[in-house]
This record gives sequence, structure tokens and C-alpha cells, in this order.
Amino acid sequence: MADLVLTGPALEKARSQINEALIEAGVHTVLLIDQAGNVVASCGKNRKDLDLTSLAALAAANFGATSQMAKLIGEDDFSLLFHKGKRDSIHFAKVGNELILVTIFGDEVSLGLVRLRVAELTGSIEKIFGQGN
Amino acid sequence: MALIDLSKREVHCKIVYYGPGRCGKTTNLLYIYNSMNSNAKGKLLTIETKGDRTLFFDLLPLNLGKINGFDIRIQLYTVPGQAIYEATRKLVLKGVDGLVFVADSLRVRRNKNIESLNDLITNLKEYNLDIESLPVVLQYNKRDLADSPIPTLTIEELEEDLNSRLNVQTFQAAATKGIGVFETLKDISKKTVRYVATKHLLNPNKQMEKAL
Ligand SMILES: Nc1nc2c(ncn2[C@@H]2O[C@H](COP(=O)(O)OP(=O)(O)OP(=O)(O)O)[C@@H](O)[C@H]2O)c(=O)[nH]1
Ligand SMILES: [Mg+2]
Repeated sequence: MADLVLTGPALEKARSQINEALIEAGVHTVLLIDQAGNVVASCGKNRKDLDLTSLAALAAANFGATSQMAKLIGEDDFSLLFHKGKRDSIHFAKVGNELILVTIFGDEVSLGLVRLRVAELTGSIEKIFGQGN
Repeated sequence: MALIDLSKREVHCKIVYYGPGRCGKTTNLLYIYNSMNSNAKGKLLTIETKGDRTLFFDLLPLNLGKINGFDIRIQLYTVPGQAIYEATRKLVLKGVDGLVFVADSLRVRRNKNIESLNDLITNLKEYNLDIESLPVVLQYNKRDLADSPIPTLTIEELEEDLNSRLNVQTFQAAATKGIGVFETLKDISKKTVRYVATKHLLNPNKQMEKAL
């Protein structure tokens, strides 16, 4: 796994795309993380009580564990990774081989919209950071 | 995999404490957490079973100050040492930049130490990593028991079992008392940061240099 070197312009571009596609649609927090559990970028409401470091580590681990479960039962990957809470829900999507997009949203936003926007976003974010970069 | 954020001038490295079940990995992190200044440490996250055994991992984020104008952030992880957690152990190793192998001085754990080191080498290979090219240090833990009636391994035996091939820096420790814990941490942090920096900072063709 190659190290990830982030430049200001690339991050800026990724953030503005995330804002446009998800935050403006009512999603409250989006995290772009790598598979080692580092936060690459965070967008949305900067809730002080939200521990982003722990959240990123757990999300990366959870994502890794789920992919392994998929392999054990003979699937390539699960197409929908989503946890629903009473108030907030969390959705995961793979971006290229190295990154994971974590979307946290309340019940005023539909899962369908999140899935649609995330599907559009993953391709363009992947392009920004380049493959294996 | 280190993460280098040129816009915030931050470097994030991942250091993993590896070793057999009950060797004292979580104890190392707890001691570090309890002795560090609160502005230098983040939240300690532990995922354990009902007992005190690590189920998935422990995570302690540390802020080591600045080097060359870059903020150095280190994430310390422990793996679950018990043999059955093979799959999760491998997941935690993903993106590792530096390793502490914690060995148990108890004589009854002799084979467990060797098995765990072999398991580490195999898991690294699956990520195309070679233990000899990564920053690694060895910690011989539970040295306090050497003076007790409980049968323990000698340093010579531990060296022969675990370090004859690796030939890396070793530390004697008693993690419950904090002996050797910070010596281990300082050395692996220094080696890891140097390893990441030589890849990016000192190589004129790399992007990090351009931004300096
Ligand atoms: N005497 C002595 N006991 C120790 C020392 N370090 C750890 N222990 C004890 O060993 C037991 C296991 O320690 P942990 O830190 O939980 O071990 P671990 O490596 O995290 O174990 P897993 O999570 O199962 O992989 C605990 O009861 C500790 O108090 C030491 O230096 N000396
Ligand atoms: Mg543990």
C-alpha cells in the first residue's frame, strides 16, 4: 500500500465536490478516510462531540471486516454497507482501492438519494487522488 | 501507509504493537495513555471482549510535535493476540508504518512468541511488506517476573528465538510498572518517522519536497 500524499488543491477539490453532492443535499457529516484508518478529509457540521479519529479507525476496521465476510461467503463485496439508527444513519462506500467515503445523515435525507450521490462522487474523487497515489 | 497532508502540514503514521495473547500490548498503551500530557494524546479506543482480552484493536492517537515544520501524528494500534483472531489481526496491520513486537518472558509462552512472530511475517507478506525493510523493534516484556519463582525465559533464549534473524533493537520491559515502555515508544517513533520522511521529504522528486 503506497503512502498517500495530499496536496491543498486536491483536497480543496474533493471537499467542494463532497459539499456540492452531499452536504448541500442535507447530509450532516462526510468523512473521506483511507483503509489504514486516517482521516483524509472531513466535511459538514463540525460537531465538537464527534470523535473523528476513533470514527475513522472503526469505519476502516468495519469496512475491512465486512469485505472479509463477503469473501468468506463467496461474494466479491457487499453492494450496500449501511447502518440505520433511530436518528442518524451511516453509509460506507469504497473509493478506488485505498479510500472509503463515510456518510452520516439524519432521517430527513433518504438512503436512495445518498446512494445515488455517493455513486456519482466515488468516481470523481478517485480521479482527483489518482490510482495508487 | 503514512498519510501526508501538505495543506495542513501533517504527517500521520501507524505503529502496530504485535505479539501473542496476554503478552502485554494493551498494558503498554494503557501506561502511555495514563502518563502522557492530555494535549499530546487523543482518546484511547479499546474494543475488547467481556474480559480484558482485545477483540479487535486498541487505538491511541499521539501528537509528537513538529519536525521540519510538519506536525507528527502517530496512531498506536494493538492487535488481538489470541490465535483465533487471525483475520482481525491482519486487518489491523493494514497500512502499518512501524512495528513493536512484544514478546512474553514467561517460559510457558515460548512457542506462542515464535508462532506470533511467524504469523506477523506471513501477514506482512500478504500486504507485500517485508519485515526486514520496515522499522521494527522488539520488546521483551514481563522482565519483572525474572526475579520471581515463575519460570521465565532468559534474554539469550529470547534473542535466539526471536532476534537471530531480525537483528533489531530490543528493549527489556515490565509494562505494568511502566519500565521500558517509553524507551520502546521513543525508539520506534523515531525510526518510523525517519522511515516515512526519507521516502518523501528527502527525495527531491517527491511532492513533499516541492511543497517545503
Ligand atoms: N508481571 C507482569 N504482568 C504483565 C506485564 N505486562 C502485562 N502484564 C499482565 O498480563 C496480562 C495481559 O496483558 P494485556 O496487556 O491485556 O495483554 P495483550 O497483549 O493486550 O493481550 P491480548 O489483548 O489478548 O492480545 C494482564 O493481566 C497484565 O496485567 C508485565 O510487564 N509484568
Ligand atoms: Mg490487548
